[in-house]
Amino acid sequence: MQSRTGKGDFLMKTRAMKFVKRLLAAALFAPVVAMAAGAALHLDKAPVSTDPAALQNGAKVFINYCLNCHSASFVRYNRLKDIGLSEDLIKDNLLFTADKIGEQMKIGMTRANGKAWFGAAPPDLTLVARARSSEFGSGADWLYTYLRQFYRDPSRPTGWNNKVFENVGMPHVLWELQGDQVANVEEKDDGHGGKHKEVSLELKKPGVQSAAEYDKTVADLVSFLVWMGEPMAESRKNIGTFVLIFLAGLFVLSYLLKKNFWKDIH
Amino acid sequence: MTTKSQALLNWVDERFPLTSTWKAHLSEYYAPKNFNFWYFFGSLALMVLVIQIVTGIFLVMHYKPDASLNASGVPVAFAAVEYIMRDVPGGWLIRYMHSTGASAFFVVVYMHMFRGMLYGSYRKPRELIWLFGVGIFLALMAEAFMGYLLPWGQMSFWGAQVIVNLFSAIPLIGPDLALVIRGDFVVSDATLNRFFSFHVIAVPLVLIGLVLAHIVALHEVGSNNPDGVEIKKKKDANGIPLDGIPFHPYYTVKDIVGVVGFLFVFSAVLFFAPEGGGYFLEYNNFLPADPLVTPPHIAPVWYFTPFYSLLRAVTYPLFGLDAKFWGVIAMGAGVVIFAFLPWLDRSPVKSIRYKGPIFKTALVLFVIVFFILGYLGVQPPDNGGIKDRTTQICSVLYFAFFLLMPFYSKMDKCKAEPERVTS
Repeated sequence: MQSRTGKGDFLMKTRAMKFVKRLLAAALFAPVVAMAAGAALHLDKAPVSTDPAALQNGAKVFINYCLNCHSASFVRYNRLKDIGLSEDLIKDNLLFTADKIGEQMKIGMTRANGKAWFGAAPPDLTLVARARSSEFGSGADWLYTYLRQFYRDPSRPTGWNNKVFENVGMPHVLWELQGDQVANVEEKDDGHGGKHKEVSLELKKPGVQSAAEYDKTVADLVSFLVWMGEPMAESRKNIGTFVLIFLAGLFVLSYLLKKNFWKDIH
Repeated sequence: MTTKSQALLNWVDERFPLTSTWKAHLSEYYAPKNFNFWYFFGSLALMVLVIQIVTGIFLVMHYKPDASLNASGVPVAFAAVEYIMRDVPGGWLIRYMHSTGASAFFVVVYMHMFRGMLYGSYRKPRELIWLFGVGIFLALMAEAFMGYLLPWGQMSFWGAQVIVNLFSAIPLIGPDLALVIRGDFVVSDATLNRFFSFHVIAVPLVLIGLVLAHIVALHEVGSNNPDGVEIKKKKDANGIPLDGIPFHPYYTVKDIVGVVGFLFVFSAVLFFAPEGGGYFLEYNNFLPADPLVTPPHIAPVWYFTPFYSLLRAVTYPLFGLDAKFWGVIAMGAGVVIFAFLPWLDRSPVKSIRYKGPIFKTALVLFVIVFFILGYLGVQPPDNGGIKDRTTQICSVLYFAFFLLMPFYSKMDKCKAEPERVTS
């Protein structure tokens, strides 16, 4: 396996830190890593949708393409009813990795196998959209950019590399849809006497989807991942609106009560 | 009252001081009539404590302090939190109330402490109230720190690792002390279980005890007020302070307004931004704890950052002891130094309203420094660059505010206090 050291991504750097023995005081290392993390990450804004059609399409893509190596072990299949799917629809079309609709989205591959085959066990994706948030953008932005920036790289064991997540262990699972991208690397002055690589991607061989269609597919998938990260987010906001209206009313009443009690105090 | 209920009350009163306690602490506890906005935060802190205890009780029903991996390779404790968030009816609400409540607790406590500094509420005869308060603040920090380990995410794990390792910097006993705290050589299942025990039993008991002592001491000497004058000095023929009003019903109805106003802001965060922009729930904590993967930047939760900055400001070894040790001393001193305020302040007046320009400037500067240290505490250090230098300058100013107070508070030109409270 190649060295995972490089710039551009958090997780990768954390991997580079694997040699750091866990007994060492992590605080001492913070300055070192912080410097390495200096390179800014340019993320595209993800068009996250809460539209049921987009979420359902995202669920389909997720279950067909992702849920072979990645689990979503906190999500039960019947939770998909929240995005407008009927129990029968789920049972007939989406229930690949479980027998019962109340089961969680687990996978057959063990973590040990995942680690042996990909260099690192593919992470559980339930919370990926929340965990990937950073100062560079939301977790959705990261995912949306990441899933659109795979490129061919014969030097990698999988034949794929990624602009956002350099030397990632994951191959481009959606390549049939997007097609083959290649990287054009340009050496540029970094303004401090050194050089830095600038990678631009070019679509060499189109996939079955056009660029716009592929962006839509990824957007739907990312929307689904965002939904999955916090399925109650929408109802949380709905309830919140009523709570705030109630409290605003209660505030007026409690203020009037106070004013009435205090009318003799000068 | 009907004769029957009066008879029942009499029956109880002969056996338990119900009516007298009610009178002493509420209906005949005379509080100054001129409380302003800053005086809401004491009752709010009490309410947040209740919120934390009640939501905590329900969280414990579903949470499992277990660091072992489940079938999907996720630590059981981490999975238990997500189980609460997804499968327990209303679980997400209770969990967000608890996580938002933690930050809210520090917001109201910081405001409450600032109120004390504004109006000299720590001054004689309220030194013990203040000392109990500092104890509450310390216990609260311990409570928050140990509670933060329980979700067993990356920040939980590494934050605990960093903070517990600080204790190992203490000469002689340090390494053994760190070992006792962790119960293991690394933060592990043993640590998780003892932190759970401390978080749900030991520290809450201490907290409740201290809060009780804080209130009993307050009701013994009576409340201060924005003018810093003692209302007990001017009493009417019945021995009731002329500027005092019964806590109940006047301040109970007033505090209800404060409670509802607070709940509005609290709910706005809880329902619309429970992550608090990554400050209330750190993003990295949505990844399960992994002892083999160090996060790129380990930042404590926002309420610890001013003190974390004091720790990082010390970069020089002294007397043959590691800089880390002195950093720990600086951080500890930064908290404990609040306890000395009653004896550091030599001003002839209590309230900021009558204090002179030097004290006012010092307090404004202190607040600014506190915010800057808080901000820098979440930033990665820059190896002696502008941020680290600013941290060091602000740390010096932080301690100067306290240590120079005996001098500047004495030489300051104060205004004369009024005889009675002003409305």
